[in-house]
Amino acid sequence: MKLLKFLFVGILFGIVMTKSEAVSWFRIQEMFRFQSFHMYGIIGVAVVAGAIMHFLIKSGKMKNHFGETITFGDKPKTYVASILGGTIFGLGWALTGACPGPLYTLLGQGHWIILVVIGSALLGALVYGMLKPRLPH
Amino acid sequence: MIEFISQPWHWSISGLMIAFVMFLLIYLGQRFGVSSSFQAMCSIGGAGKIADYFNYDWKKHDWLLVFVAGAIIGGGIAVNFLGSPEPVQISSATIADLSELGIQTPRTLDEGLGFIPHDLFNFEMLTSLKGILLMVVGGFLVGFGTRYAGGCTSGHAISGLSNLQLPSLVAVIGFFIGGLLTTFVLLPLILS
Repeated sequence: MKLLKFLFVGILFGIVMTKSEAVSWFRIQEMFRFQSFHMYGIIGVAVVAGAIMHFLIKSGKMKNHFGETITFGDKPKTYVASILGGTIFGLGWALTGACPGPLYTLLGQGHWIILVVIGSALLGALVYGMLKPRLPH
Repeated sequence: MIEFISQPWHWSISGLMIAFVMFLLIYLGQRFGVSSSFQAMCSIGGAGKIADYFNYDWKKHDWLLVFVAGAIIGGGIAVNFLGSPEPVQISSATIADLSELGIQTPRTLDEGLGFIPHDLFNFEMLTSLKGILLMVVGGFLVGFGTRYAGGCTSGHAISGLSNLQLPSLVAVIGFFIGGLLTTFVLLPLILS
């Protein structure tokens, strides 16, 4: 079953989100108050290690699991959407203390109240989809 | 071994592990980005009838829904079998700031893991404006904003920045504009 691999990667991700404490509302507050290096260290190391990985994959023309050469598409250059959407997400991130990955992880930890937050996020995505043709991108 | 993993992880280990998860997804032919799952779930729920944005073959995100199911299971495994011996240890400056806002940071495991502030995030709070703003409006902004920006912390801050994508840098600047506004302007108002 080809999808089963993603279940295992997801389980690893949930464990990493928990043990890194990136799921903590308190850690997110600490980050936005610039009172600890913890979250910056996590994201910084992930970005630097990821950048080296991207460079090695591109220069080595590495092949993926299916034997195809790995290529990376560029993010769409919709800068207005990036800054406005990013700011809206940031407002929510500091309120809920969780971005999407941690939301799912917290639910799995047994915090059922997070279902309310996830349901609200789905509603937010739904409203974005409805307004998309009228929003600047 | 279990005892070793059960300690809170140093940020450098955590960062490397996140990069490793991103590598695994790329190796398996996909890209690291969690918030697209919102689009897929709305699409499965029939939102394609209301908005074109959801009129796409959600099966291209089937792997992501399985990944998300894994993240839920992983969260359960981590707290039940790999739990830290003490709650999240945040800086004393943050503890003091939050205390001024009336939020107590757990100091023992009996008071909580330090993952969510239980006094604010519970079902009774849903009947108060404070609780609705934090959980419902907060969640709404996370869903709306990540889809508008085309990514969240995983897709933009980690995947995008590490692939040197300028739109991702702009989005991350937005994350901080919004986060700082909430932290220093909205939260004190909401919690006062």
